[in-house]
Formats: sequence, C-alpha cells, structure tokens
Amino acid sequence: MIEMQHIRKTYRVMRRSAGFKEACRQLFRREHDEIRALDDVSFAIGDGEIVSYMGPNGAGKSSTIKILSGILTPDSGHCVIDGLVPWKDRMKHVARIGVVFGQRSQLWWDIPVIDSFELLRDIYRVDQRRYEQNLDELTALLQLEELLRTPTRQLSLGQRMRCEIAASLIHNPRILFLDEPTIGLDAVSKLAVRDFVKKQNREHGTTVILTTHDMQDIAALAERVILIGRGRILLDGTLDDICREGGSGDLEQAAAGLYRKLDIA
Amino acid sequence: MKKYLSFFRVRFAMGLQYRTAAIAGMTTQFVWGLMEILVFRAFYADNPAAFPMTFEATANYIWLQQAFLAVFAAWLIEPEIFDCIVDGNVAYELCRPVNIYDMWFSRSMASRLSRVLLRCIPILMIAPLVPKPYGISLPPSAGQFLVFLLTLALSFLVSVSFYMWIYVLTFYTVSPLGLRLMVGSVVEFLSGGGIPLPFFPEKVRRFLEILPFASMQNVPLRVYSGSMTPGETQRAILLQIFWLVVLAAAGRAMCARAVRHVTLQGG
Repeated sequence: MIEMQHIRKTYRVMRRSAGFKEACRQLFRREHDEIRALDDVSFAIGDGEIVSYMGPNGAGKSSTIKILSGILTPDSGHCVIDGLVPWKDRMKHVARIGVVFGQRSQLWWDIPVIDSFELLRDIYRVDQRRYEQNLDELTALLQLEELLRTPTRQLSLGQRMRCEIAASLIHNPRILFLDEPTIGLDAVSKLAVRDFVKKQNREHGTTVILTTHDMQDIAALAERVILIGRGRILLDGTLDDICREGGSGDLEQAAAGLYRKLDIA
Repeated sequence: MKKYLSFFRVRFAMGLQYRTAAIAGMTTQFVWGLMEILVFRAFYADNPAAFPMTFEATANYIWLQQAFLAVFAAWLIEPEIFDCIVDGNVAYELCRPVNIYDMWFSRSMASRLSRVLLRCIPILMIAPLVPKPYGISLPPSAGQFLVFLLTLALSFLVSVSFYMWIYVLTFYTVSPLGLRLMVGSVVEFLSGGGIPLPFFPEKVRRFLEILPFASMQNVPLRVYSGSMTPGETQRAILLQIFWLVVLAAAGRAMCARAVRHVTLQGG
C-alpha cells in the first residue's frame, strides 16, 4: 500500500541570460528561481496494481519516483509505503523495493553481469537457494543465458535493459519502480519487457509503478493511469479517460491533445 | 558486514583484471624510484652530514614509497564514485539497503589493495638486488618489521578515511576537479611524498608531524628504515589512531547529512 499526501518538492535552479556580459554579471550576482517540481501531490496505490505515471518532460515523474524510492526528501507532505516513510526508514524501505532507471545502469561496467547479480544477492541478503530459483526463472523469462557471463560494457542496450530488470528483481521486491524502462529499445525488446512485467505482476503480485512516454507501454500494461503536469496530479483514471479527455481514439493524439488542453506541454 | 565484504571482493577482483595498467604502473614506479634516488645521491655527494637521514635510510624510504604508493597516493581516488555523484547515477546506490559511506569505504580499500598487490611484489623483489647503498635493505629486526606492518595498515586506513572526505564534499560542489587537484598536491607535499618530512626545517617539521597527512605516509616509511626512536614511534601510532577515528567518524556523519540533502543531477 502506497500513500502520498500533499507532497511538495522545490528545486533551486540557476538562471542567466545568454552572452558574455551576462556571464560576467553573474560572477557577482547569481539569480535563482524556485522550480516547483511537485506541488501538492496526493494519491494512493493498492497492492498488486500496475500504475502508469504519465506526463510531459519535466512534469515531476522522476521526482515522484525518487521520493517513493527513498532517494529524495520532499519539502513537506506525508508518504507511507507499507508502514514505512521512505526517506526516514531508507534502509528498511529499499530492501523491499526494486528500481530500474532506464537512463542509468546499476550493473558494474567492467565485470560479467553474473558478478553484479551475486553482489546484489549479498546486498539484499537473499539466501542461496532462493537466489538460484529466482535467477533460473529470470534467465528463462528474459533469455539471459548467454548474457550472464558477458561484461556489461559489451551488451547492447536491449540486452542490458533485460539484465537491469532482472537485477532489480533478484530479491523479490514487493514494489517495482520502472522509470522509462523501454527508452531506446527496439520492438522485440519492448515487447519482451512488457510481457515480463505483466507476468511478474500476475504471478508474484508485485506492485508496479511505471513512468514512460511510450503510449503503447501504457496501453499494454496499465489499467490505471495517473497524469501529472507542472507538479500537479491532473487526472487519475483509465486509458479510456485519457482518450475521452484528449478527444481522440488514437493514444498519441489523445495524450498530445490532453497536454495542450491542460496547458502543460 | 557480508555485503561490504562482497563490495570489497567485487572491486578487488575488478582491480586485478587490468594487467597492462599494472605492468605500466610497476615500471613507472621503478624508474621513478631510481631517478629520485639518483637526485638524492647528487645532494648527498655534496655534503652527507647536512642531511637528517642516512643515504641508505633515504633509499629505503623511496623504494617503500614506490612499492606501496597505492596505499596512500591521492591520485588513486576512485573516478567511478565521482562520476556517479556528478551524473546522478548515485541514485542507484541510494536505493540499496547499504550505508553509502561504508560501501564506498570498502570499495576504496579494495581498489587500493588490488593495486598494491600487483605493484609491490615485483618492486620488492627487484629493489633488494640493486647494489648497496641504492637498494632496499632488510629491516633492523623482526619486531621492527611488525611495527612497520602495523603503521602501514594504519596509514592505509587513515588515507582512505581522508579521501572519503573528498567524495562526500563532491555532493556539495558542481565539479570535483578543483578539489581533487588541490588535495592531490597538498597531500603529496605535506605527507612526505615529495621529500621525506625530516628534511623540512625543524619547526615546520614538528607542525607537519601532527597533521593527519604525516599519518598517511611518513610514519610507516620511516619506521621501516629505523629512523624513528621507540618513543617517537609510539606517539606516531597513537596519532594515527586518533586521526583515523576523527576522520572516519566525522566523515560518516557528514556523509549521512549529505545524503539527506542530496539533489540528483541530470534528471
């Protein structure tokens, strides 16, 4: 059970205009703007749900994921996940979740993938039998066999992403956060990732929270969609709601229409 | 504890796989040591009485310094740790059930130890074959050798806890480059990396010996060559322990603070 109530987070961003004169001026006077990344965000997600978190670039999706995964501390508001406050009980909380950041890598660059997996096994204190069980299952589902003994640096993006997802599930997390997991993947890899996520949710009851710009991801995975723009929750419903509000049967069109209509693009 | 051991193991194994780097490093250290000894020979030839350490002791100092360089060298800071803070990959480290400070500490220890292991053995095998007084000689006694190992271990820990500060401070700066360069040269000079601390003027030397930098390099190298009295050695060991506790405890607290206030760069 995830509960977020009135979460706010602001960042200080340095600003300056173009040009040499401005660059010199800012040596003496810096201008900062406060950016409201999250502005009174509240929602609740039950166990075993798959939720897509959508919104244009800079809407606050990643900030939300980072708060939920205990990395960022919000300025104000309450958040309780399975009885724990993520940023206060960080160590306990993160032991129960799995996170994949599509644009980053958690695997060690210069060593075979299997070594990274074994390190994760020790970090999460997974016992050997369960580790082997999970590894067998993940290897079969994500076709990792030949990849495991290859150093990360020599994997293609699609291969690496499959390994990243496997890495985040080695300890049977109850909640899985996927931050743009299909970014840059080809059609086959995308389908494999979607199928796998669905299966994981169905068979292990893993709660999945997913951010993506790919409407097909959302269509394939999520019954529930939360739309965020300029740090506020603007819609919490289903894909049908998105299509109706966006005024189009085509998902891309509907999303674009909705962004324009809500003036968040 | 086991998770930190695993970090240690993975990083250690990773360090051992860079063979060419090891050979290059070893050669550099050997030639560098030889050159440094030749420079000192020129000075000693002028007036041997003008120096606080005998020429043999200085040669020993230099060889050990080259062999164990990875124990205390400032430029061997882990670039991956800086990179992950600068580009935001630290996000992944933060969503693991580990203490960041302890994790990086074991990681730094492993990367330094793997380097030392690959480099010190060949140098310690060749240096004794270099003719006297340019080579390395056996320590005065077995007891002395044990004290050397103890002070070397302590200087290793003091060094790692000092450099941990640079990682932690990187959380607060845009780029770690300035900090790295500055700390690199300051530490090198003040720890007796350029010239041994006894060569400094008396008053400066006394002051430098109290600073943590002396605990990082100067102590074990001088203990080996027997250029310290037992009283001085004892005081130096206590000082090493003092700096280890202070640097590590304060660094760990600072790191916890930094993690709470972290903003991740690069989205």
